[in-house]
Amino acid sequence: MTDATATGGLSPPRRKLVELGQWGLIYRRFRKHKLAYWSGFIVLAIYAVALFAEFVAPYSSDRYNPRYIYSPPQMLKMFGRDQNGDLALLYVNGYKVELDPVALQRRFVIDESRVYPVGFFVKGEPYHLFGLIPAERHLIGPVDPDAPMYLWGTDRLGRDLLSRTIHGTRISMSIGLVGVTISLVLGILLGGISGYYGGWADQAVQRTIDFLKSIPTIPLWMGLAAAIPDRMDPLLVYFWITVILSLIGWTDLARVVRGRFLSLKTEDFVMAARLDGCSRQRVIWHHMVPSFTSHIVASVTLAIPAMILAETSLSFLGIGLKPPVVSWGVLLKDAQSLLALTQAPWLFLPGIPVVVAVLALNFLGDGIRDAADPYS
Amino acid sequence: MRLTPIPDAGLGVPPVPRPAAEPQDLLFEVENLKVHFATDDGLVRAVDGVTFGIPRAKTVCIVGESGSGKSITGRSLMNLLPHTARIVDGHVLYHPEPGRTIDIGKLDPRGKPIRALRGKDVSFISQEPMAALSPVHTIGQQMVPVISRHLKLGRREATERAAAMLARVGIPKPAERLGSYPFEFSGGMRQRVCIALALSCRPKLVIADEPTTALDVTTQANIIDLLVELQEESGLSILFITHDLGVVAEVASDVVVMYLGKVVERGSVEEIFHDPRHPYTRALLRSVPRLGAGRDTRLAAIRGMVPSPFDRPKGCDFHPRCDFAIAGTCDVTAPPDVALGGSRSVRCVLPEAIRPPVQRAETPPSSTQRTLRHG
Amino acid sequence: MWRFIAHRVVYTALTLAAVSLVSFLIIQLPPGDFLTSLAGKMAEQGGDLDSASLAGLKARYGLDQPWYIQYWRWITGILLHGDFGQSFEWNKPVSELLWDRMGMTLLLSLVTLIVTWMLALPIGIYSAVRRYSLLDYVVTFLGFIGLAIPSFLLSLALMYILSRYAGMSVGGLFSPAYVNAPWSWAKLVDLAAHLWLPVLILSTSGTAALIRVMRANLIDELHKPYVQTARANGLGEMELLFKYPVRVALNPFVSTIGWVLPHLFSGAVIVSVVLSLPTAGPLLLSALLAQDMYLAGSFILILSALTVIGTLLSDLLLAWLDPRVRYQ
Ligand SMILES: Nc1ncnc2c1ncn2[C@@H]1O[C@H](COP(=O)(O)OP(=O)(O)OP(=O)(O)O)[C@@H](O)[C@H]1O
Ligand SMILES: [Mg+2]
Repeated sequence: MTDATATGGLSPPRRKLVELGQWGLIYRRFRKHKLAYWSGFIVLAIYAVALFAEFVAPYSSDRYNPRYIYSPPQMLKMFGRDQNGDLALLYVNGYKVELDPVALQRRFVIDESRVYPVGFFVKGEPYHLFGLIPAERHLIGPVDPDAPMYLWGTDRLGRDLLSRTIHGTRISMSIGLVGVTISLVLGILLGGISGYYGGWADQAVQRTIDFLKSIPTIPLWMGLAAAIPDRMDPLLVYFWITVILSLIGWTDLARVVRGRFLSLKTEDFVMAARLDGCSRQRVIWHHMVPSFTSHIVASVTLAIPAMILAETSLSFLGIGLKPPVVSWGVLLKDAQSLLALTQAPWLFLPGIPVVVAVLALNFLGDGIRDAADPYS
Repeated sequence: MRLTPIPDAGLGVPPVPRPAAEPQDLLFEVENLKVHFATDDGLVRAVDGVTFGIPRAKTVCIVGESGSGKSITGRSLMNLLPHTARIVDGHVLYHPEPGRTIDIGKLDPRGKPIRALRGKDVSFISQEPMAALSPVHTIGQQMVPVISRHLKLGRREATERAAAMLARVGIPKPAERLGSYPFEFSGGMRQRVCIALALSCRPKLVIADEPTTALDVTTQANIIDLLVELQEESGLSILFITHDLGVVAEVASDVVVMYLGKVVERGSVEEIFHDPRHPYTRALLRSVPRLGAGRDTRLAAIRGMVPSPFDRPKGCDFHPRCDFAIAGTCDVTAPPDVALGGSRSVRCVLPEAIRPPVQRAETPPSSTQRTLRHG
Repeated sequence: MWRFIAHRVVYTALTLAAVSLVSFLIIQLPPGDFLTSLAGKMAEQGGDLDSASLAGLKARYGLDQPWYIQYWRWITGILLHGDFGQSFEWNKPVSELLWDRMGMTLLLSLVTLIVTWMLALPIGIYSAVRRYSLLDYVVTFLGFIGLAIPSFLLSLALMYILSRYAGMSVGGLFSPAYVNAPWSWAKLVDLAAHLWLPVLILSTSGTAALIRVMRANLIDELHKPYVQTARANGLGEMELLFKYPVRVALNPFVSTIGWVLPHLFSGAVIVSVVLSLPTAGPLLLSALLAQDMYLAGSFILILSALTVIGTLLSDLLLAWLDPRVRYQ
């Protein structure tokens, strides 16, 4: 009789699931969520690009070529013959200059007659991988290092937009991570205090959250970011911007943490641990935190895209990160004027990774949340 | 542990003998009803060939463990099933008066004819009084339109009737309370409001799906007494769905015992309590504690667990948990439903289950007095 | 009810005080006080600030006093005389620059709010009731896209498309002919012809978010027992839907105003910068870039105060709609 009461009214398949363990269960449900599952791979890929940016990008972020200002994107083509008549598996066409008869402006057009072979793992500009390991191979690049290969076109200084976007991945994606880490520490700390101790501490934290949420974020961010001195070291600017962003980002995380704490507080195992004489610290870190990590992971995943969007917006307005730092927002700032856009619509292209990253992170976060808590 | 002998299971309330109903005086007839769910994980046969009848002005109880299909059977009587459910076979016949028949299972579940019956001829009392009323509408806003629609009354008269109903179920200051919101009532009071709503259009049948599970013991008793009183007053039939055998003994005239979507035994309350035949019924009765039969006793004490609807055992659904299962028979073929005369039937092959009924079950059959060892 | 209102009003007042402190803090953030930057600016323009007027300004803003006195002077100046300080960039009192711009911001935000609601409510209801229908999928997908595209990118893209393929000049809220014209019917029509684009852009992400809120709430409500009760009493599906679950799901929807408003004002700032609309946004940005702090701080103060008051209004609306809130 005891066995029947111990497992409650669970039917056998449910019991099997219980034995799978919390993480196994969550993973099973997550796998079912196709969109989230594949988004997970995209997110991993984006972070891999961020990590290996120097290797993935054909050029460094600041290499410029005044001969190719505002040149349009090239198509990557297959099976062509170069000047010597050799077969090129992959190649791009060169450019020629044309005079726009209406605007009376010089502009570049694709010159089909020129063929520049393109290869994988080609030798190019030397760099240091992770800032340490010297290397000169690039994932993709022109076989002749001086040949123009601008798959996403170039900007007003003749810099390769694709390479810059790839290098920008590092800043844009990491600002999300760093910002979320700061938010997370703040959120767990304050949300935990709020949920675990309750009383006036809870009140104070809750009111602070309400207050922060009722201020329009962009003007506040703008105000704070504008106070960062112009001539500050770019690394410090980066740091301060993340701090400013997480100043507001922590509120959601704190809410989640608090909610979890409140619901867990009453649950039996915490009581049991307390009766066993565990200290408060121990109860918190060994019993409560692991049981809601999945929710935290979901909330964190959903907080990163918000950070990315915020950084992009601020940098776009010119009060976030500033050149020479390369981030997606900084790159998009070049697309700010309509004039630039009509001349060089490819300046929009760095918007694509923004949208892809934000979408993928959102799908992923939604999937994790659904898997962690199918009943909410 | 020591087990109590099976019959006369020491209930606090011994069943009162009630005359079995005349077969022709049925308000509802459920015949071979099958309700299936198409879920992502496969087909669930929630109700799988259920047959029983509800006599006029009597109470029929459906008992069984969780997941046995009691609620779904009850809902079928007003053709109010979740949208994934289908009535795939059988009939739900309603006889508003003798000689007239409506096949409720064949009506469009969203159509006008069935909606005219819901709340008017058949009404429903839910298990969760806390959530059964809209939290943002007053009691009056929820009762009055129903009354005026079904009874074709004007606003004034409908409001008066609503107040009268509230008064009848024992709510003080009924006219004022019509302006209150559900959260201003206690759980027991809210269930009274639900009963008032269910009875406000003089239905012929009330389906009460575990109406007292969410309430404390004294409130439970009050609610049950209220229902019995109202039944005696207005001559309505009640289909009472419950886990609680104490309540069954108190209110039922007929009992339907369900297991995994099938009726394993049915008969009058006397027959079921004094001469239970199916091993499952006996196990249920045995699980009621001897003394102080609390109404909140659950049927959790039967060995093993209810199988999942996705992997039903071969043969008799109950055999893995049955103490009398005959190897080679019970685990191979599903037992047929054996009619034992009257409204009595049992779905079992054991000889002692299907022997003809004893006239006056004073002394229980010796075979059932065996003390059984539990795993 | 009255207790509830009193409680919310007091709480709003406290929040407003906190908002004003933060705004003041932002004004104070840049290194050096504003007189230094003013003097710098004058020197740049070849002029010179004589020490008498310097001292006058110093006394007026209490710059030689501790910060709380400065704050007190600033906030009482605003509350009692409507004096928001001086814009050095424009050489005008801030209050002269503020109100026109804020009016336009408010107009833009309100129109967007209304459009957002008018779209999100029916679509949200539809996709909850017809879950997994084609339209539900389309809406969900568009919703995700709407959330993922930063509003400035959307503005740029639409601007580009409109000017490239429709030959329209976009930007601003008025045609040049009407900018300084007095209000008239024709000016209103002109305004509407310009307003739709920013409204469209601003409502995209808000609508997407609200559809999700409405859909999720309504799906929750649809499974509640009271819906079954209503069905068991013979109500038709449509009648039932709008009388009960939609009505209940509306409450959390109303309470979203609390975060939709800050979101809208934030979005409006960026979109206005891109489309160069005569709202608070571009002026705030240029003030910040020029460190014209009284102007910038005043904008932040007013924008925040407006959202706080908007939240109060939505709380009161919610209390009016939901008896549970009212009686607690
Ligand atoms: N909406 C649904 N979708 C799929 N299966 C369902 C649904 N509702 C009920 N079922 C299945 O139908 C079977 C019978 O359910 P029902 O609710 O009638 O049981 P019950 O006897 O009322 O149990 P309880 O005592 O717990 O109320 C169960 O096995 C359940 O899994
Ligand atoms: Mg049930």
